[in-house]
Amino acid sequence: MSLIIGMCILLGCQFLGEVISRALSLPVPGPVLGMLILLIGLLIRGSVPTSLRTMGEGLLKYLTLLFVPAGVGLIQHFGLIRQEIGILTATLLVSTSVTILVTSQILQRAAQRGRAAKEREA
Amino acid sequence: MNDLRLEQIWVYLSASPLLHLSATLLAFIVATVINRWAGGTPLLHPVIVTIALLIGFLLLTGTDYPTYFQGAQFLHFLLGPATVALAIPLYDHRERVRRMLWPIVIGTLSGVATAVVSAVGIATALGANTETVLSLAPKSVTSPIAMGIAEKLGGIPSLTAGLVLITGVVGCIVGPWIFRMTRITDPTVQGYSMGLAAHGFGTAYCFASIGAVAGAFSGLAMGLSGLTTAFLLPPIVHLFGL
Repeated sequence: MSLIIGMCILLGCQFLGEVISRALSLPVPGPVLGMLILLIGLLIRGSVPTSLRTMGEGLLKYLTLLFVPAGVGLIQHFGLIRQEIGILTATLLVSTSVTILVTSQILQRAAQRGRAAKEREA
Repeated sequence: MNDLRLEQIWVYLSASPLLHLSATLLAFIVATVINRWAGGTPLLHPVIVTIALLIGFLLLTGTDYPTYFQGAQFLHFLLGPATVALAIPLYDHRERVRRMLWPIVIGTLSGVATAVVSAVGIATALGANTETVLSLAPKSVTSPIAMGIAEKLGGIPSLTAGLVLITGVVGCIVGPWIFRMTRITDPTVQGYSMGLAAHGFGTAYCFASIGAVAGAFSGLAMGLSGLTTAFLLPPIVHLFGL
């Protein structure tokens, strides 16, 4: 029974998110709004119900499996991929590397500054 | 006679969701075993191997994607509730977020902006067509969110799904090398950067190869950057005039 309650909470949040996204024609996907709604709900409640945790963590554990059906959809885009393979490879390689580099440098500096400020206070 | 019966069974099976749902689960098990044999290398990530196996199977049996998807849609549907469930790890780490609020806000905003602007900028500069650019834009975000964004923007969700998976593999290969070159040793910084740039693949890598703190921060980055990208991407793409 607990799994069903957990699933109902998740689907309920997704449902609300989907309705809000469509009603206000927001560019944000319904499940993302659902995640925000659930997060706010959890912050108000102050704890995660066991049923929700069992269902949610079960889903997240096998998250990678859920990507497969969409990933197989690449089969439909072989033509496009062959045509733009150079562009795709270059973009993915460079953009991913630059993103990791920039994020880690900025975080490192921001964290150091935060730590230094705290030491000065103390 | 026997051939005829086999053919009848095949006609039945190939039209029912049973075959392709079982094939997907079976391929995932085989891929997980192959990955374990290969010592867990990100180059042979179970998801990539599963997709390769299934594409091979579809090509061999001459099955088209819509027929396959009829069976696989049951798994695909669960991406929605799984996205909502990302709120649980976010909630669990709320104390950490509060303590590192400013570094996280600045890091997330600049990281997400870098990911989107560099992807859209490079692809546009190299002359990719608009659909490809829009499908590439959300590549650093976890698939369920990325696909939703691509769909809203006018990209191709299933192309995005594939590109997101490849981004994950690329991140796991270049990330550790970048950290070595730039002497970044703080596991929170490593984890957060991996989760932001390489979503769930980065998170899985952090848990397996760096440690639990890096993994937790990576999961946090995956959720926060997904959320941020969903709000930030449409206006950025608009700036590029797409």
